[in-house]
Amino acid sequence: MRQDEMTPVVRTIAALIFPFIIIFSFYVIMHGHLTPGGGFQGGAIGASAIVMLIVAYGARNVKKKAKEESLSIFESIGGLVFVIVGIIGFVAASSFLYNFLVGEPLFGTIPPFGSNPGILNSGGILPILNIAVGMKVIGGLASVVLVMALAGGDEE
Amino acid sequence: MRWVAFVVFAAFLLFAAYELHPFGELDDSRMDDYIISNAQNETAANNAVTSVVFDYRGYDTLGEATVLFTAIAGALVVLRRVKK
Amino acid sequence: MIYSIPFYTVIILILVGMYAMIFRRNLIKMAIGLTIVESAVNLFLVTLGYREGGVAPIYTNLPSGIKIPEEMVLPVPQALTLTSIVIGVAILALMLSLSIMIYRHYGTLDSKKVRRLKE
Repeated sequence: MRQDEMTPVVRTIAALIFPFIIIFSFYVIMHGHLTPGGGFQGGAIGASAIVMLIVAYGARNVKKKAKEESLSIFESIGGLVFVIVGIIGFVAASSFLYNFLVGEPLFGTIPPFGSNPGILNSGGILPILNIAVGMKVIGGLASVVLVMALAGGDEE
Repeated sequence: MRWVAFVVFAAFLLFAAYELHPFGELDDSRMDDYIISNAQNETAANNAVTSVVFDYRGYDTLGEATVLFTAIAGALVVLRRVKK
Repeated sequence: MIYSIPFYTVIILILVGMYAMIFRRNLIKMAIGLTIVESAVNLFLVTLGYREGGVAPIYTNLPSGIKIPEEMVLPVPQALTLTSIVIGVAILALMLSLSIMIYRHYGTLDSKKVRRLKE
């Protein structure tokens, strides 16, 4: 056991519950237009799952699987999707970030007025923007914590 | 000298809290009543807070995503390690 | 029955945060003080939009007997608070990475000894 790893009990439990935290963060991101939650909240949950792996296994072992360059590319794809959806709204309809999917069969059923159990198929462009912002937050926060954990490791 | 500035600042804050409106009673809320009544027809979402963040004020969310991107890019540039 | 206790809580938190920022010399304690002031301002933004006896403005499985625009809490201050929290996280990340570079260059974190631009 090297210096920056933890005991085998901590490593086993962290590897066991990591998929459940990722699935919970995807659930919070996808149901952003029905329940409290959305892009930023689900992205913070996903970033804290990767930080749990950094604490349990040490920064060098995590760097072999997920480098900072691939996390930066993951973040930039989220930002590009946000701007492209806005420009499609500008070209196809009246203004930037116009909700052009209300009434279409992809994401656009209008829910009945008042209290109802939620329909996942509704929301216009809101689920697409939620996924874009969730990818941006996960990539950004995980890469910053990884770079800081690597910087304090080796002091000459 | 710092204690004088701190006490004057605390006195201003306490005076401002005394003059605010009482907690729980609002004067004028016409914009929010319109948003709560028409959020299901215009944005097809059940959550009024998410429809305000991404549909009625989506431009502010674009600016906030830019601020997050710039701060993380600055933190990554400062802590770069140059290979010898 | 609350008698505007949340506003006085906001003032106590702002004073604690400003005390930590003005009167302490360690850089990490200054960063902690700034985060406390940030949390107090977010709390103030959320408590501005409270309506007495109201529920959250979400229509999924709403309990019956709620008048639709009169008994719901305002949604716009909650949206502004979300933006403010994310900007606070970005400021804290940049401040801590600059602290790491200062410690690597000067060898100390005391703010009275890192004044001159050395070398």
